[in-house]
Amino acid sequence: MLDSLLALGGLVLLRDSVEWEGRSLLKALVKKSALCGEQVHILGCEVSEEEFREGFDSDINNRLVYHDFFRDPLNWSKTGEALPGGPLGALRAMCKRTDLGPVTIALDSLSWLLLHLPCATLCQTLHAVSYQDSCPPGDGSPVGKVHVLGLLHEELHGPGPMGALSSLAQTEVTLGGTMGQASARILCRRPQQHPTDQTQWFSILPDFSLHLQEGPSKEFQPQSDPHIPLVDPMAHLTFNLHLSKKEREARDSLTLPFQFSSEKQEALLRPRPSQATSHIFYEPDAYDDLDQEDPDDDLDI
Amino acid sequence: MFPELNNLLNTTPDRAEQGKLTLLCDAKTDGSFLVHHFLSFYLKANCKVCFVALIQSFSHYNIVGQKLGVNLTMARERGQLVFLEGLKSAVDVFFQAQEKPHPLQFLREASAGNLKPLFEFVRDALKPVDSGAAGWTYPVLLVDDLSVLLSLGLGAVAVLDFIHYCRATVCWELKGNVVVLVHDSGDVEDEENDILLNGLSHQSHLILRAEGLATGFCRDVHGQLRILWRRPSQSTSQRDQSLTYQYKIQDRSVSFFAKGMSPAVL
Repeated sequence: MLDSLLALGGLVLLRDSVEWEGRSLLKALVKKSALCGEQVHILGCEVSEEEFREGFDSDINNRLVYHDFFRDPLNWSKTGEALPGGPLGALRAMCKRTDLGPVTIALDSLSWLLLHLPCATLCQTLHAVSYQDSCPPGDGSPVGKVHVLGLLHEELHGPGPMGALSSLAQTEVTLGGTMGQASARILCRRPQQHPTDQTQWFSILPDFSLHLQEGPSKEFQPQSDPHIPLVDPMAHLTFNLHLSKKEREARDSLTLPFQFSSEKQEALLRPRPSQATSHIFYEPDAYDDLDQEDPDDDLDI
Repeated sequence: MFPELNNLLNTTPDRAEQGKLTLLCDAKTDGSFLVHHFLSFYLKANCKVCFVALIQSFSHYNIVGQKLGVNLTMARERGQLVFLEGLKSAVDVFFQAQEKPHPLQFLREASAGNLKPLFEFVRDALKPVDSGAAGWTYPVLLVDDLSVLLSLGLGAVAVLDFIHYCRATVCWELKGNVVVLVHDSGDVEDEENDILLNGLSHQSHLILRAEGLATGFCRDVHGQLRILWRRPSQSTSQRDQSLTYQYKIQDRSVSFFAKGMSPAVL
């Protein structure tokens, strides 16, 4: 499912967290689009162009058009090098593109845009960019699909903006994982179909190809850290934790006092050997009342 | 600097990585020992250091620095250390006429300001001098701490923008390092601080988080340190690595040990 994310048009949200970062998945999807022959625009606000292009080979890098908003996004240097209109202007310019081939727009990151632009303006611009193919130009020629990939850092935004972006998005991919293995929960809303919810385990290879996996990797072992010297807590104790062989045998042969074993059962059921019957010697006291009509007399004991 | 912490981070002053943002945060404890560590570490690495010190006075850092083997007064005199003493220079905003905006100019502004003057101060302090006689290795920016800027009326986005520009200039353009301290408010609901902390966490290469023990104060274990490496420079498939140690702060050093292995409890 993860590799067919780009089959649908529209907005794809990549929701990541501090623990499970999403930029490598964004780069993997960008590479996939570039290899499919699409034109790829990157709106780079969070990392430098060199860092984003790192790991891609030259034929992919040639297909990427990088709009650099990392060096001077707020025009503080006033050298006039900053792109006019800022990131919003660049995004709006992509709505008015003249070429009609399929295009992928990667927003790195949507969180940066959401922190600096009003939510409503951003949502309107995203809607206009993502759904260009639903309003074809007047001459009736088909417009190529537009894919918008937005990297969103979950912890930075409240439920309001997140909900607004979710409702705009065709697909939401939430990154997570366990024990060093990454997973993506893909929530996909196709028009006139039930939304689908799937989880896909994956890893990103060093050349940013996507490697899909069936489940968490079984051969993943937590590596013992070379920094921590392994200390044996059983060493240097002042008491003895181990038993010798003789002690072990003695312990095993001990019967517990309240354990009902077969020997005990036999001993109880065996008829007792005849013992001397015991006598009770009774000296009646002086004031004892020996009533001849004792009602117990007719008890035949 | 603390040699044991260098071992845990697998770094020494001569072979530290460049172009990195390190985030220090503390929760329910005082993480300033990490600031002292990095200040002495980078001075020993012969770096040009710009220290934006908003919390303590110069003499405080100097006294602790001497225990760790660096002399801040001499470093400042020979031009290796540029020290912005926030407590003292904040008053200058009001009482001294300045030609260009003071680094802490935002204190005078009634509406939410930005940190452009502070960024320009940092940029001018760390830009390489044309004479080239000094020969410092690479520039380093140290900020102690960013949470106080929120208390002084700035928004989280303004502080994030300041760090963004510092990253672009110091880390990317000048191939230096940036180390900042942010407090984690923890149970107290502080939205702006959370945005600042999470936003910086996403941008950082290394996060050192000093936490108080969940069970409370202890004489022999002062807290635990979580180390999280993010964004490895080689794009290997290795996931982010995280380690946790407990520590005890002594007069001139800090000792680290694995959880539960404090010498006092074994």
